[in-house]
Amino acid sequence: MKEFIMLFRADYSKIPKDSPEEMQAMNKKWMDWIGGIEAQNISFERGKRLTPNGKIVRANGVITDGPYAEIKETVNGHATVKVESIEDAVKIAKVCPILTVGGNVEIREIDLL
Amino acid sequence: MPNQELLPHLFRTEYRKIVSVLCRHFGFDQIEIAEDIASDTFLTAVETWGLNGIPPNPTAWLYHAAKNRAKNYLHRNSIYENKIVPGLQKNNSVIYLEEIDLSPQNINDSQLQMMFAICHPSISTEAQIGLSLRILCGFGIEEIAGAFLTNKETINKRLYRAKEKLWDEKIKIELPGPSEIDERLETVLKTVYLLFNEGYYSVSQNETLRKDLCLEAMRLCYMLVENKNTNKPQVNALLSLMCFHASRFEARFNKNGELILYEDQDVSLWDSDLIRKGEYFLNCSASGNTVSKYHMEAAIAYWHTQKEDTKEKWENILQLYNQLLQIEYSPIAALNRTYALSKANGKEEAIIEAEKLNLTEYRFYFTLLGELYIDIDNEKAKLSFQKALSLAKTRTDKQTIQKKIDKL
Repeated sequence: MKEFIMLFRADYSKIPKDSPEEMQAMNKKWMDWIGGIEAQNISFERGKRLTPNGKIVRANGVITDGPYAEIKETVNGHATVKVESIEDAVKIAKVCPILTVGGNVEIREIDLL
Repeated sequence: MPNQELLPHLFRTEYRKIVSVLCRHFGFDQIEIAEDIASDTFLTAVETWGLNGIPPNPTAWLYHAAKNRAKNYLHRNSIYENKIVPGLQKNNSVIYLEEIDLSPQNINDSQLQMMFAICHPSISTEAQIGLSLRILCGFGIEEIAGAFLTNKETINKRLYRAKEKLWDEKIKIELPGPSEIDERLETVLKTVYLLFNEGYYSVSQNETLRKDLCLEAMRLCYMLVENKNTNKPQVNALLSLMCFHASRFEARFNKNGELILYEDQDVSLWDSDLIRKGEYFLNCSASGNTVSKYHMEAAIAYWHTQKEDTKEKWENILQLYNQLLQIEYSPIAALNRTYALSKANGKEEAIIEAEKLNLTEYRFYFTLLGELYIDIDNEKAKLSFQKALSLAKTRTDKQTIQKKIDKL
């Protein structure tokens, strides 16, 4: 078994949040996605969700606010999953709800050493 | 109550009380003596009542007789300890001839403590269920063998080995301390739930026995709810869950003992009183900040008491299964979740998800696939049901599946 971290990236402005119904529908998509993974008896751990606001600190003392004008996509959440291979992780990520709002999933193996 | 029913009834309700109280008095290592005294008390009752008629207060008679037997035993034992084995140990632990307390309070406490002693994590769950049936529910060895579909010898051996193990572990008859109670309670609840399932899903054809197992499990759980140390949210959730399930007991089988599926059940046979009780305990379980798998399962069972197929119902059930699976995976939960998914999101999506599960050794996996393929690909539906048929074990199951195939 290998452990992978999934980083969910999306353009916040494209994530539906105009009405409670839209937000609930999005939430349901995530819950159904996670339920479908757990139903396959795959060890999956939900990470925390991140808010769009943040700050970037650089060595020269420059601190900038988010959202980050230079890049549209930001990390807005993560999860860890235990599967045999990166191909298995890819299979799971292929139906991740973030893809429906134009986002993407970055999969990285966790170095267990 | 007719005479011939009175004694078995009293055995069921009083045997466990006498054993628990005596055992608490003597210590767990003397459990066989406690069982002997209780059995002997009932044997004498059969003889005496047969000759002299039933006493005005049979229960009091039994307690009195058990007390006398216990006193005689202790008396003989103390002569042996004090006169026959004199001076062997200077600080010999004499069992004092103190009064044996058969007050309702002590009976309740003793039974509850006995429950924790029996549901000890050091013995297997099978042994825990067996001992619970024998000591806490007053079941005969033959009935236990019937419930497990095995013979008396196997059960006797299993129970003896379990007791031996508990002696080795020096198990005390007491409630675990506050720091330990949640963890130990988990084992107790698991045993109670398995006991219930043993009755609810039993392959045994004996319907009375099946029902008794369920009722006993509910009674044990109710004892936990009644005690302030064990009246925790998860205990109420489990009791609620069992009430909801038990409410459908009369509707689950037809006159020939064949299983009637949920969709085909006659709602008027559902026990509305038990449904209300289930709702009451579900409300009681909604305190504190622990959410157990029993909470999820009770909430799912609540939605099943609403027969009408609404969007809201299946959406709620789906989300509850999503959460349940995050707490604990089980193949049955995975299959049920996929069924709920088909009801909430449509069959096409559910088929994709179902095929990912790949639970090919489960009959339910193939009945689910069969159900999902109906009207979408009837050939695949038929193939799935045929696979399910080859995995079905009981006659009832085979008939149910065959009916599905014939309909296609």
